[in-house]
Amino acid sequence: MIGSRVERLEDRDLLRGKGRFVDDVVLPNMLHAAFVRSPHGHAAIRGIAKAQAAALPGVHAVLAREDLLPHLRNERLVVGLPSKSYKQDLNRPVLAIDEVVHVGEPVAIVVADDRYVAEDGAALVEIEYDPLPAVADCCAALAPGAPVVHRGAPHNLLAEFRMGYGDADAAFAKAAHVFSESLWQHRGGSHSIECRGAVAAYDAIEDRLTLWSSTQMPHQAMRQLCDMLGRDENRVRVVTPDIGGGFGPKLVFYPEDVATALAAIILGRPVKWIEDRREHFVATTQERDQYWDVEIAVDRDARILGIRGTIVHDHGAYTARGVNLPHNSAETVPLQYDVPAYAMNVRVALTNKVPVTPVRGAGHPQGTFAIERLLDQVAREMKLDRAEVRRRNLIPPEKMPYETRLKARGGRPVLLDSGDYPRCQAEALTRAGWSDFPARQQTARKSGRYLGIGMANYCKGTGRGPFESATVRIGPSGRVHVYTGAAAMGQGTKTMLAQVVAEQLGADLANVTVTTGDTAAIALGLGGSNSRQTVMAGSSAHVAAVKVREKTLAIAAQLLEAAAQDLEIVGDHVRVKGVPDMKVGLAMVARAVAGTAGFSLPQGMAPGLEATEHVVIDDMAHANGTAVAEVEVDVETGRVDVLRFVAVHDCGRMVHPTLVDGQIAGGTAHGIGNALYEWMGYDADAQPVTTTFADYLLVTATEMPRVEIAHQESPSPLNPLGVKGVGECGVVPVTAAVASAVEDALSPFGVRIAQTPIFPAQIVKLIEEARR
Amino acid sequence: MSETRNIAVTVNGKRYERSVDVRLTLADFLRGPLGLTGTHLGCEHGVCGACTILVDGQSARSCLMLAVQANGHEIATVEGLAPSAERLHPLQEAFRDNHGLQCGFCTPGMLMTLVEFLRDHPNPTEGEVRVAISGNLCRCTGYQGIVAAALDAAGRMRKGG
Repeated sequence: MIGSRVERLEDRDLLRGKGRFVDDVVLPNMLHAAFVRSPHGHAAIRGIAKAQAAALPGVHAVLAREDLLPHLRNERLVVGLPSKSYKQDLNRPVLAIDEVVHVGEPVAIVVADDRYVAEDGAALVEIEYDPLPAVADCCAALAPGAPVVHRGAPHNLLAEFRMGYGDADAAFAKAAHVFSESLWQHRGGSHSIECRGAVAAYDAIEDRLTLWSSTQMPHQAMRQLCDMLGRDENRVRVVTPDIGGGFGPKLVFYPEDVATALAAIILGRPVKWIEDRREHFVATTQERDQYWDVEIAVDRDARILGIRGTIVHDHGAYTARGVNLPHNSAETVPLQYDVPAYAMNVRVALTNKVPVTPVRGAGHPQGTFAIERLLDQVAREMKLDRAEVRRRNLIPPEKMPYETRLKARGGRPVLLDSGDYPRCQAEALTRAGWSDFPARQQTARKSGRYLGIGMANYCKGTGRGPFESATVRIGPSGRVHVYTGAAAMGQGTKTMLAQVVAEQLGADLANVTVTTGDTAAIALGLGGSNSRQTVMAGSSAHVAAVKVREKTLAIAAQLLEAAAQDLEIVGDHVRVKGVPDMKVGLAMVARAVAGTAGFSLPQGMAPGLEATEHVVIDDMAHANGTAVAEVEVDVETGRVDVLRFVAVHDCGRMVHPTLVDGQIAGGTAHGIGNALYEWMGYDADAQPVTTTFADYLLVTATEMPRVEIAHQESPSPLNPLGVKGVGECGVVPVTAAVASAVEDALSPFGVRIAQTPIFPAQIVKLIEEARR
Repeated sequence: MSETRNIAVTVNGKRYERSVDVRLTLADFLRGPLGLTGTHLGCEHGVCGACTILVDGQSARSCLMLAVQANGHEIATVEGLAPSAERLHPLQEAFRDNHGLQCGFCTPGMLMTLVEFLRDHPNPTEGEVRVAISGNLCRCTGYQGIVAAALDAAGRMRKGG
């Protein structure tokens, strides 16, 4: 089971159009909501006139902040991860209080018979604004005299922290060479093809609120709803139906979730809100800009002595997750290389833009870009092969497990648990034809074609703890049921868990059901983030399945009058090895401990055939890999084509290699988008200027090369399955590898790439500047 | 609020007569009154292709058509693709066997786009497949499994699969 390419449990329904996404949830008597959102980057609210909208036939309610307030114990969403670095607490309100601080901020909710009428109503809500100065750029936001993002705030510095160890200044003082880079990096949105959505229903008979939400973190959403609405845990249920892609922002709890739930309570009818793409561009969190000034000190052999610098991180207008992103970025820089001294100062700046939270990769691509750009420069200036510079500095396999001198967000030392980074790099270079490339490049140049090759290594912590929940239960039907707080966003999480459990319990996937993302199914859960589900939920499901297996065999031993060690579970029954006719069904085994009134349970057996586990793992399993990109640049138009892309990666033991390939290929596509196409633009007043897919370019099939994927498997010692996460890994090295390749292609011009995305116009400009 | 019209539409071989608001999109008509929620909406401005259906055998974006425009026409949606409750269409089988889907949200539009394309181009190259689906966005797969599935399906369908 584990390691085999089984058919996905998810596919049959999805292929037939029988998926159950949040917009497919239809309840009797259901109403539909639309939000009135700020058209300003920053403005004071002078008044809200609702009467005209409320009078529209078909409109049931127009609710602004004052209408929700009596129902709220707390009107702000307090969701930020803890950090001592905060200088200001700026949590989102459910609906704007007296000021809007980004375009798209919700101000009112209109509930009507259908979405069309709700939008008609929303257009009739008149809000009087006093526009205020806005700031769109995070460096500008920190400049003296910059407009403040929030009227009452003293400044735009949300947080500041230092990360580092050793004496970086001393390392630079003794260095043979020092090189520096000034980088600007942009990421953009997640753009799952399904936008967000919520359906809320209040059952007055049971006094229970149920929210079907496209959230990746249903248990956190439940806790938030309880906190904000003052409801008991047993009076709120959050259910995550099928999710049409997550990629980060769906882990966040949103004002729309609360407002939709409150509308259902206030009106006593189910209410549905489905985000449209235009809203997604202005109201769903994004991951955005970082400016880096960073320098590296090396000795005469190109061995790293130290790295130091500064990062300015664009946080958006509110705290919707915390300072985890710049923390990840800064942590990534020295992670897989031997860096004796490190000092990074990070400033987190507020801007009048939608809040910033993780998008696939979560800060790691930016840190990878920074270190890999520096290493490319070391190679170029010291006339060494780019791969050789890396080989000299990678942490060697004989040092694994390797305790770095970095501290994770919770304060623990960052531990590299396993991996052979130099071997991974070597395999990628071989597959990509790295050593033959200069000859191919020369040949192409003779015919006027500019080819380039680039590489990047990465290492990423996956499987963030402390735990994920899993219950494994064999029911009286003999079927195996798995329940978990993990959330399935499309990666095949249900298949993965079924494989892990079926490995212990009969190896028949058709006999296993998996329930994810339902707070009524299991008490605890963290949900989907940080490439964590196989590591954390997989480990808990494995340990629970082993316990259920042991109990199953012990009960069957009594029923069959055989020794437990002579038994095996095959399909839906337990049998004596070698004597297939001596068997008992799992249904009978489960019934034996389900209890019959007045009769004793089998000797020594506790009731029920189930186990719930929360395997606690604090250290993260570090996946690694090497990407090699080959590009062609048209020096007249600036167009970049990615001709080849090789990804060699190591996520430990693979539960389902095909699904691992799928994660790498998809992550690579996201990374190519970040490298060449995706740009969420704002003008100087913080007005978004790219709010359709005609302006904001996602990669399509014609821009994608076939990703050539190879695996190395260094089992993680940190969890019983030996697995590491893979969901975000594909994206991490791509911008760095593509930038390296573009720079290589343009080496005759001496062009330097210091920002992403790399647009054609910018390439043309860089070539023109270099020619002068 | 809005005017209504009576329309008659055949969807997956079944005839429906309904009174609809003139501004109701075809996608919302299929998903709402007809309950055919397999057709998905990803952008509602005609770029992502998730809502692709066939109108008289030609692919169309159901978010850019009004329900009234479908009056008198034959519509095919993803729900009508499989020949029976037990069997899948060869294209669906190929998607399953080549990891042509992850979250499954873009999948109905991909399938309907490709079923038309493979009908008209039974022996395509990889490059032709990529152009054929370049109007359909997928955020999960990098298109890798989808392209492989389309080529695999072409082979199956040529063999009469």
